[in-house]
Amino acid sequence: MIDLDLGPLWLTLQLAGATVIVLLLVGTPIAWWLAFTSSRLRTIVEAIVALPIVLPPTVLGFYLLIALGPHGLIGGIWKDFTGSALSFTFTGLVIASTFYSLPFVVQPLHGAFEAVGRKPLEAAWALGASKLDTFFTVASPMAIRGYLTAIVLGFAHTLGEFGVVLMVGGNIPGQTKVLSIAIYDHVETLEYAQAHTLSAGLLIFSFLVLLAVYTANRRLPLQVT
Amino acid sequence: MNQLAAKFDLAFPSFHLHVNMNVPAEGITAVFGPSGCGKTTFLRCLAGLERAAAGSMTMNNHIWQDDSQGIFVPLTQRSVGYVFQEPRLFPHLNVRANLQYGWKRTLESARRITLDQVIKVLDIERLLDRRPHSLSGGEQQRVAIGRALLTSPQLLLMDEPLSSLDLQRKQEILPFIHKLDSEFHIPIVYVSHDLHEIVELAKTVVLLKEGKVAASGPIEEVFSQLNLRHLIPENHLGALVETTIVEHDQEFGLTTLKFPGGHLQVPHQNRHIGERLRVQILAKDVSIISSPPSFQTSVLNLLEASVLEIGEVKPEHPFVDIKLDIGCPLLATITRKSLTTLKLHSGQRVHAQIKAVALSPETHQ
Repeated sequence: MIDLDLGPLWLTLQLAGATVIVLLLVGTPIAWWLAFTSSRLRTIVEAIVALPIVLPPTVLGFYLLIALGPHGLIGGIWKDFTGSALSFTFTGLVIASTFYSLPFVVQPLHGAFEAVGRKPLEAAWALGASKLDTFFTVASPMAIRGYLTAIVLGFAHTLGEFGVVLMVGGNIPGQTKVLSIAIYDHVETLEYAQAHTLSAGLLIFSFLVLLAVYTANRRLPLQVT
Repeated sequence: MNQLAAKFDLAFPSFHLHVNMNVPAEGITAVFGPSGCGKTTFLRCLAGLERAAAGSMTMNNHIWQDDSQGIFVPLTQRSVGYVFQEPRLFPHLNVRANLQYGWKRTLESARRITLDQVIKVLDIERLLDRRPHSLSGGEQQRVAIGRALLTSPQLLLMDEPLSSLDLQRKQEILPFIHKLDSEFHIPIVYVSHDLHEIVELAKTVVLLKEGKVAASGPIEEVFSQLNLRHLIPENHLGALVETTIVEHDQEFGLTTLKFPGGHLQVPHQNRHIGERLRVQILAKDVSIISSPPSFQTSVLNLLEASVLEIGEVKPEHPFVDIKLDIGCPLLATITRKSLTTLKLHSGQRVHAQIKAVALSPETHQ
């Protein structure tokens, strides 16, 4: 029996789960605004949201490390309120992952809301539904496929991050030592068996999640055209 | 009497809507005009979907918009039903849930119209458990009308609800729209570019041109005005006559219609004696003779008339419109040459020869 620490796996799932939840809360309003605004700022915001796709994770990680540090823009405020810094903590990792995975949640939602369009919303308003009511009872159910895609991509992308985590989180067991870093560690110390087990586990898990979601997506009765 | 009054001023880069309308808030008010004249924008202003910078709108003493007082009631809080050009049903809900969407969001005390009533009037019982995408266009539009009705609106706005349907489906839905007026007594503003629909449905008509109201009033009055040529296509120009079916002639296959000035004979109509029927007599189908012909004519409808008014004579235009009185107003289009030959002047006694009576397709049975 291989001596395997499952801590990193558990931590990774927690990180990905927390990140997806934060991303849905942050990404939904951004995607909604992008889909329905006529503001000139739209293209600028679109470009900023897409940045993490093209930037090397180390660049993003570097700036986040500064921003999350005790004297940084985010970290400083956090420290004023909580008394502790953000860098090299789990919360810091969630914030970093949120930036890192933002486009993978915002873009599918943006596309889905655009596909819904204004027309059904106007119909709902005319039937007496408030804007928030319309969002929950018309726009969201119609954009359900966009949500599924966003959740899967956001989750999977966070599972797979390495560079940003290494820069921002360091390698603290139980705090910031996630799966991808644990695998890297095992390889560095030539523990190939452990690296194999974790890698294969992550591979199979990711595949099963994607398979389940694509199956569900296909079976959804909703046809939005 | 209850009034619907609206005044909107709304500028777009390529177009300016400048409307001032005051119509009775009852029956069907048709808003007609060519594409791009601002009909839909006007309707969206009435709903509060577009906000005119300077505007006011009152419906039965409820102020829905008055920018001089800073009042603007958002659509969600207006008691308005809106039927769009496309049905816009919610694809994730079945027909029943679509119908109930607005009903659930209407105060219990404000609910006057019930699901059962709507299902019966619109004949959608067998569709209730189906999804919108499995319905035909006509069925979807009926559900959309029902969904709007179930909010028990004080005003129903319909934006060319039949334009996406083929002729047969149109004929299927028109009688339902007729019934809305008689069954539920909801004033309707009905936007259309199809004069057949308007002639059949409307009580009041508003003619829009380039974003402005060019004519408005009771439809019989508006359609018997001279000088509408710039507003209405020539093949639709003609007075409306309210008639009652009085007799069927089986031998010759004719039906006799009674109107204030006499009788009209038309091809057989599959309707009951006593039923009311609005017909349009196109100006181009009416000719004028100064004295009754001494020879026989194949035209059945020959009526005594007097000349009321002679329309504008334009040197570049070979035709001129004449307004006659046959007990009710009648328009006739004749050539300028005939006007000179007949020496027509107002008050002159003549005969009007009606070559055809435009009848709407029979949809009521």
